[in-house]
Amino acid sequence: MNPIVALISSSLGKKYLMAISGLLLSLFVLGHLVGNLQIFADPYFINSYAYKLHNLPYGLLWVIRFGLLAVVAVHVWTSIVLTLENRKARPQSYDKDATAEASLSSRTMRVSGIIVLLFLIFHLAHYTVKNVPGHEYGKAIQIKDVTYEAKVPLKLPESKGGAVLKTPTGEDKYGYDVHTMMIAGFSHLWITGIYLVAVFLLCNHLSHGVSSMFQSLGMRNSGSRKSLDLFARIYGIGLFLGYSSIPVAVLLGIIKVQGIPA
Amino acid sequence: MNLTLKVWRQADADSDGKMVDYKVEDVSEGSSFLEMLDILNEQLVETGEEPIAFDHDCREGICGMCSLVINGLPHGPERLTTACQLHMRHFKDGDTITIEPWRAKPFPVVKDLVVDRSTFDDIQQAGGYIGVNTGAVVDANAIPIPKEIADWAMDGAACIGCGACVAACKNASAMLFTAAKVSQLNSLPQGEAEKDRRTLAMVETMDAAGFGNCTNYGECEAVCPKGISLDMISQLNRDYAAAAMRRLVGRAS
Repeated sequence: MNPIVALISSSLGKKYLMAISGLLLSLFVLGHLVGNLQIFADPYFINSYAYKLHNLPYGLLWVIRFGLLAVVAVHVWTSIVLTLENRKARPQSYDKDATAEASLSSRTMRVSGIIVLLFLIFHLAHYTVKNVPGHEYGKAIQIKDVTYEAKVPLKLPESKGGAVLKTPTGEDKYGYDVHTMMIAGFSHLWITGIYLVAVFLLCNHLSHGVSSMFQSLGMRNSGSRKSLDLFARIYGIGLFLGYSSIPVAVLLGIIKVQGIPA
Repeated sequence: MNLTLKVWRQADADSDGKMVDYKVEDVSEGSSFLEMLDILNEQLVETGEEPIAFDHDCREGICGMCSLVINGLPHGPERLTTACQLHMRHFKDGDTITIEPWRAKPFPVVKDLVVDRSTFDDIQQAGGYIGVNTGAVVDANAIPIPKEIADWAMDGAACIGCGACVAACKNASAMLFTAAKVSQLNSLPQGEAEKDRRTLAMVETMDAAGFGNCTNYGECEAVCPKGISLDMISQLNRDYAAAAMRRLVGRAS
């Protein structure tokens, strides 16, 4: 057999794919959180951050988007194949099943993974494709006389580095008002509810996953296992607190819609 | 003590099995779990019923034959203990105890609680050996081996191949068994020469046998009567990755 096919089709090869894709995705969710937390600062920060992401040179935005989708596809594909193989390996289940050691998060990886995947699809429809039926973006909130979906000129005060949003020829660039969009999104209780459940399950998923990937790649031993398990838990809980702080702050009115400086 | 047992009965490999309830009375707390089954079997023989078939041999906890899933846990509730070394004092009078065979596709039931574990032999035969005659006992320290490495290899060698790891794993994975065998031989200078081909062949034989995949639950380590560590699996993950990479460039040992 071709050695690459042999590697990928082996049980361990699939675990490597699972671990590496999991590593990339867990780094992504951390980066995504750091980006999102800019909502606590002046709208300029998150809006210009979004603007820069949308205007990366050489079509890098689409490279990153397709790259991330490919990583998700690998993660999902390996989990489906592994699950089917695992089911086949035990055709007759135990009459009385018991668990000696396995953590709750490790035993609920499939459920948490599936729900997080469904949330991911919703999340992309919500904020990237902006196409959630029955969810009217434009009406959500008005900033002065500009609804949030409208493309607004990102003219910013010089003191806040507004110049970076000018093209070399000096014309105004347009970007989405992400700050207001996020507040509009989280002003709906049901969206906040879905979001909180999803980030909780993601936290649960990572509490096992982040430590497990070190094991799958042969980089864990009994000396480091406790620390890695603790790190995984802190990573998961940290992400949960970080992500959930945004909708909670919106609901509590800590983050408010601010007019774009004209 | 008086107990109610729920036992898996299956006439042969081709028949369907089912759980059957039995009462067993006057069991001494000092008897082992297998002796308790012996007592039940004597009662069954007296009443003309077919005795319950179960695997056993040394009854000293070293042969790896006994293979009972007791109340959902292979070898029962005591850690680092085989079913033959499990004593009835760990149960209470009036308890209901569920007894099932190892459940995994590569371990088909032969009869009642007896399963065929020859897929473990297949894995072992794929590379669990040193392919050359390493001679008679050499002088101590002729080949220096660091104490930690020798201890590590010995920890792997402690595996008795009972299959509790497979039975406990929620995916019926044989990783702990295979990892113990691979780690033991790969860590020693005599086994080093065939490291890659051993690792590749044993993993691929394990996969072909139809065992599930390791998802790092840690159930295997918890039930292993010999305390084989998940660290062995970590080494197997490392060794397999290195071997597969070297095979990719045609340099596998």
